[in-house]
This record gives sequence, structure tokens and C-alpha cells, in this order.
Amino acid sequence: MSRGRPLAHRAVWLGIAGVVTLLVVLQVVPATGLVNPDFLPPTTEILAALVERVQTPEFWTALGDTLVTWITGLAISVVAGVVLGVVIGMVPFLRAATASTIEFLRPVPSVALIPIAVLLWGTGMQATLLLVVYASFWQVLVQVLAGVQDVDPVASDTARSYRFSVLARVRTLVWPTALPYVMTGLRLGAAVALILTVTGEMLIGTPGIGKLLAVARESGAVPSMYALVVVTGLLGVAVNLLARALEHRALFWHPSVRGEVL
Amino acid sequence: MSVVRSVLYAVGLPLLLLAAWWVATADSQSPFNPPLSEILATFGPTWFSGDTFADTRFVQDILPSLGRLLVGYSVALVVGIGLGVLIGAVRPLREFAEPVLEFFRAIPPPVMVPVLMLFLGVGTSMRVFVIATGALWPILLNTVEGVRGLDPVLKDTARAFRLGRWGRFRRLMLPGASPQIVTGARQALSIAIILMVISEMFAAKDGLGFSVVQFQRSFAIPEMWSGVIMLGLLGVLLSFVFRIATGAVLAWYHGYLQAQRGGA
Amino acid sequence: MNAMLEVRGLRKVYAGRGDPVEAIEELSFEVGDGELVCVVGPSGAGKTTLLRCLAGLLPATSGDVVLAGTPVTGPPQGMAVVLQEYGRSLFPWMTVEQNVALPLSEKGVPRAERARLVGEALEAVGLADVGRSYPWQLSGGMQQRVAIARAAAYEPQVLLMDEPFAAVDAQTRFELEDLVRALWQRLGVTVVFVTHDIDEAIYLGERVLVLSARPTVLLEDVRVDLGAERDQLDTRGAPEFARLRTHVYEVVQQAKQGVRSLADARLTHAG
Repeated sequence: MSRGRPLAHRAVWLGIAGVVTLLVVLQVVPATGLVNPDFLPPTTEILAALVERVQTPEFWTALGDTLVTWITGLAISVVAGVVLGVVIGMVPFLRAATASTIEFLRPVPSVALIPIAVLLWGTGMQATLLLVVYASFWQVLVQVLAGVQDVDPVASDTARSYRFSVLARVRTLVWPTALPYVMTGLRLGAAVALILTVTGEMLIGTPGIGKLLAVARESGAVPSMYALVVVTGLLGVAVNLLARALEHRALFWHPSVRGEVL
Repeated sequence: MSVVRSVLYAVGLPLLLLAAWWVATADSQSPFNPPLSEILATFGPTWFSGDTFADTRFVQDILPSLGRLLVGYSVALVVGIGLGVLIGAVRPLREFAEPVLEFFRAIPPPVMVPVLMLFLGVGTSMRVFVIATGALWPILLNTVEGVRGLDPVLKDTARAFRLGRWGRFRRLMLPGASPQIVTGARQALSIAIILMVISEMFAAKDGLGFSVVQFQRSFAIPEMWSGVIMLGLLGVLLSFVFRIATGAVLAWYHGYLQAQRGGA
Repeated sequence: MNAMLEVRGLRKVYAGRGDPVEAIEELSFEVGDGELVCVVGPSGAGKTTLLRCLAGLLPATSGDVVLAGTPVTGPPQGMAVVLQEYGRSLFPWMTVEQNVALPLSEKGVPRAERARLVGEALEAVGLADVGRSYPWQLSGGMQQRVAIARAAAYEPQVLLMDEPFAAVDAQTRFELEDLVRALWQRLGVTVVFVTHDIDEAIYLGERVLVLSARPTVLLEDVRVDLGAERDQLDTRGAPEFARLRTHVYEVVQQAKQGVRSLADARLTHAG
């Protein structure tokens, strides 16, 4: 048990050292005049701006808006992706008939939809939601399809020969096999959804952290802008950690930790 | 017979969807939702008309956008793979850098657009830089992961046969991490395309993203739709090229995976 | 006979994480030029540790490994290894030919010469026709042949083999044993062959080194007089083979029970 501890400790300390080094470099570099401090304020100034921000109610409202848009978009994508993925995956005809359409629609960049979203909903949350759902839906769907395809054919035949109902097959066979893939899709989708949430807020003007950032830029509040970038980064780290924790929790029984579908 | 059938499967649904769009919008009076026939009729003139070919939007806007994408993405590939192999191979360095890299990866790349605009203005260099820095992280972190996960037996073998630094890089780490590198490169490509469009939507005076937003703001709706379709087509084309380019690189891997599954 | 490989006072302690583990207490032996020596011992006897120290993959805590007069500090020139995990020691992204050619091109062997060596090596292990296949398309036994071909093409002075046949089936194992004997005779290479299989050690070796349990010392250096030509049926049926087998088996059994010198071993069968 105690084996490996010193090395794990070393990793933690080295990691902390890495973060500290970054902070120090960012503090010192503007002071040396290597870069214009107007463009890159020292760490302390950014932190001060951050502290100032988090004391305002508008920051928390914006953070709440961002989280609501993110989670709503992600939830829609996951539900739609799982349902459609299971249905399409289990019916060979549907799989064959939709393959080309999925392959075609998936790489369409979601930001291409920005003008349409703006025309339809102006700066409302739905406009950003459209981007979020479009971007993360495909991540989930593709993973679910791969998961359903991974069902052991022997087990599938067995279930058929015992005349399992469709629902029973989904519950006992398809879902457990596809779960690891669903989790991978959730992790990838969650990250993409956050990117598009902030993007939509910045470009369309939907309320949220992204909009605060756009406002800070327009008003030339550079330290504040950096502070908000840091906030989005921390948000991203939180999303990644959460998604990974969920993935591990859901798969603790699973023999292999799966990679992404290639 | 089966060829006919697979062609039918491939084009059936897309044709059906297009037909539905066509019919549904045929008599559309909504300014936001023009008939598909009108959008398609605008497509050619919007992108491919001009006094000379060099004056067309295709040459003036699309090609420069693609050029910036290509340069930024290539920089991200070279830097990401190079640094990724280094960090992945040197354990203390990896432990030192990992939390910082995880943080940078987690920053939604579009928020770096306003930051980089401070330093680089709104010109070409800013847009290339945005693409490069945004696309870097997935490539870098996946490469680190790939190199870290190399089989120790392979590493021992390479050492025992006295492969030099360059030999280990080229014969062991690069191919060994290639499945993860490709995964990262694919994520990076979609991020790069997003950034190409966004960097132009945000603040620029030319480029594909700029044109599309301009159409929207001036309520040139059929032109705007044709721009959306153009962006979609480019995304599809680029992912197709990507798949062709990486197919050969990963041919061994798919066979290897299959052999592992069959054998296990 | 000149010593090709000398091991003097080798000691290996794994330190770092938690309590230090003493894998090898003290080992000294020599392997003559062109000799084929097998190393056996109970499982966990530090056999793999010893081999990795010989190969320069693992630094010794103290003592020396000397190859042809030069101390080994890293993987030395003129040494090739064949590891137990054949499936993992071949590069899956390279064809069989490329795998065999890899160490040669790193060594700077010109292209034409390389092609000739690769062809000969694959021919010698009976795989001339699968050069363009990938290793994972081959059976386990064939993969280990590729690893042997790679080592042979390298033209080493010393060939180290770490339980190379532990994971192949019995039929294949006999074939591969004969292949190793044949290659050894043809190339005149010095071979150190680590195995946990006593029969295999006696069948293959000119000498068998019997190791104790951890922390490892050398229990006995057994000379094997079974002639130069060996045969799976005749050699294994010979009375001398049976005698050696009984003897080594008893020593290994004693080693398992913690006996650390031959003088302490209680051997019930007359040797």
C-alpha cells in the first residue's frame, strides 16, 4: 500500500511547482518590459480583478447563466444522442440509411449556424443553445452508435433465442455494453458544450461569462478580461474533472478503461 | 446488386431531407427562411462571380481563410507533437507541466481571441496564432498520453538495440503514440475550423466568417444561407481529407486491434 | 577458453519506493566465448533482474558486468536480447522485415547488406515468406521466431534470452529449442538463456547455472555433457539427461525451501 507513495508525492509537488512557476513568470515578465503590461498585466493585477469581480452579483448571475445554458444543452444532447443512438444502432436498416447523413452533418462546424441562430432568436439563450446542442450531440451519438455495435453477437443471439423482448434486450445487453461509450461521449460532449456556450455568449451576446468577457474587451478592462479567461479555464477544469469522475464511477466494474472510438 | 443497394443507402436519406427542405420552403414568404431553390441559385454567384476569377469571393475570402487554417493547424501539429513527445518521455517534466497544461487545455479556445487581439491586432497573424494556440492543446496532451502509455517492453527493446534519440523518436514514440496523436489531431481540426470562423466573425474585414456575418447583418439572407452551406461543405471536405491522410498512418493499428480482440 | 562475459560480485537492490528489496545478493560467473549457458532457478529468483543487468537495461547496485573486456554501463554494442513477451517486443507498426531490419539500420548497415542479413535471418528461422506481414498477423511461435531472427540478423557477440518460450505451446517450444541450438552452432555466438524449465535448460545448455531464491546467489554451476548434436527424442531419453534432470530438480527444490548453498542442500538421489 505504502509503495509508490513517495513518487505520487513527488508528482503533486512538481505539479504545484509548475503552477507556481507559471504564476511567477506571468508576474515578472510584464515588469521586465518584455511584453507591454497594458496587454499582459502582472498576475497580482489579474488576481485583484478576479477578486473584485467575484464580489459583484452580476458575476454570479453570469456564471449561473453559463452553467444553465451548458447543462441544458448537454442534457438535450445526451438524451437525444442516447435515444437515437440506441434506436439507430439496433436497427440495421436505420444504421445503413443514416450513416452517410451522420458522416456528412457531423463535421459541419457548429459556429456556421451562428447567423441562423441570431436571426431566429436574437440574443436569447436558445440561440446559444442551438450551437451547444449541435456541437455536442454528434459526440454523444457517434459514441453510442459505436457502443451498440460492440454488443457481443453471441450474447445477442442468446438473448434472441430466449425470446427476450426488445426492452429487455436494451436493458440487459445493449445498455451495459454501450455504457462505457456513453460515458466517453458525455465527457467529450461536456467539454465541447462548454466551448460553444462561452463562444455563443461572446459572439451572440447571450447572457453569461462569455458576454462579460466581450464587454470587458470593449471597455478595455484588460485585467478583468484575463480574470474572466481564468474563470472559463477553471470552469473547464471543473467540467473535465467532473466528467472523468463520473466516467470512472460508472465504470468501476468495467474490466478495461476504454479509449475513444477511432 | 449490393453496389446499387449501398449507393441507395448512402444517398437515400440526404436526398429525402433535401427534398423535404425544398418542398417545405418552396412557397416560403419568411425573409429568414428563403426557398431552397433561391439559396441554391445564390450559391454560385455569391462565391464564384467577379470580373476575373481572382476577384471572386472564393479567391478573396475562402482561400485566405483556408490558408490561415492550414498554417495555424500545421504549427499546432509540429509544436504539439514535438513538445508532447518530449513531455511524455521525461517523467519529471511531465509531472511538472501536467496541471498547467490541463488548465490551458480547459480554457475554451475562443476566449483567447480577444486576448490575442490585444497583442496582434486583427490581422492575419492574430488569426493564425489563434488557430495554432487553440488547436495545440488536444494534440499536445494526447501525444503526452500516447508516449506515456508506450509498452515498457517496446521501450526496453529499443534501448537494448541501441536506438539513438532520433531513432527512438521516429521509430518508437511517433508511431507508438500515433493512435492518440490522430485522436488529438481530429479534435484539434474541429477546434481549428471553429476558430477560423470565429476569429473572422469577431473582428476582421475579410474572410469566410466575416462574409457570413456581413450577409446576416445586411439581411442578405439567401447569401447568408449559402455561406452557412459553404462552411458546412468545407467542414465535410476537411474531415474527408483528414480521414484519407490518417487512414494510411493507422492501417497497422486497426489490424492490430482486431488481432488483439480475436486473440484474447 | 576466453571469457566473453564476466559477472563479478553483482548485487542488485531495488530502492526508492518503500522498503528496499534485495533481488540479487551476490553473483559471480563467467561465460566463455561461444558458450551456451542456461540459467534456472525457482520463480522469483531474480532471473529477469540478472538478465536485465547483463543487458545494460538495469544498473547494478554494485559489482561489474564485463562484456569482451569492456564494463557494461548501458546497453552495449554487440549484444542482442530476446524477451519473453514476444507479442510486445515486436513493433506492431512495422512489418516483419522492418522489425528485423530496424536494429541494423540504427547500426548504420548499408541498405543492400541489410536486405541480405534480413533475408538470411528470416530464412534461418523458417519465415522467409512472411516478411511483409505484420507481427500481429502471425501465431505466437512465429512471432518469437521473428524476435530471434531480429537478434540473429544483428550479428551479436552475445545473445541474451529471457524465458523466450514460456508463453508458447509445447510442440512449438521443441521446435524453437532446436532452432536456438542450430543458430548457436551456425553463428558461433555466446548465448545466455534464462528459463524456469529445468528440462529445457539441460537440453539446450553446455552449462546450467542454478540460482537460489531471493536474494539470489549462485547455488551450482552444472556442466552438461550431452554432446554437440542433440535430439528431442534421443537426448531427452539418455540416462545422463535423466541424471542431470534429477539432480538439478532436487537443487531447485532445495532452493525453493530457502537453501542458500550447495553444502546445505540435502540431496536424496545419488547424483
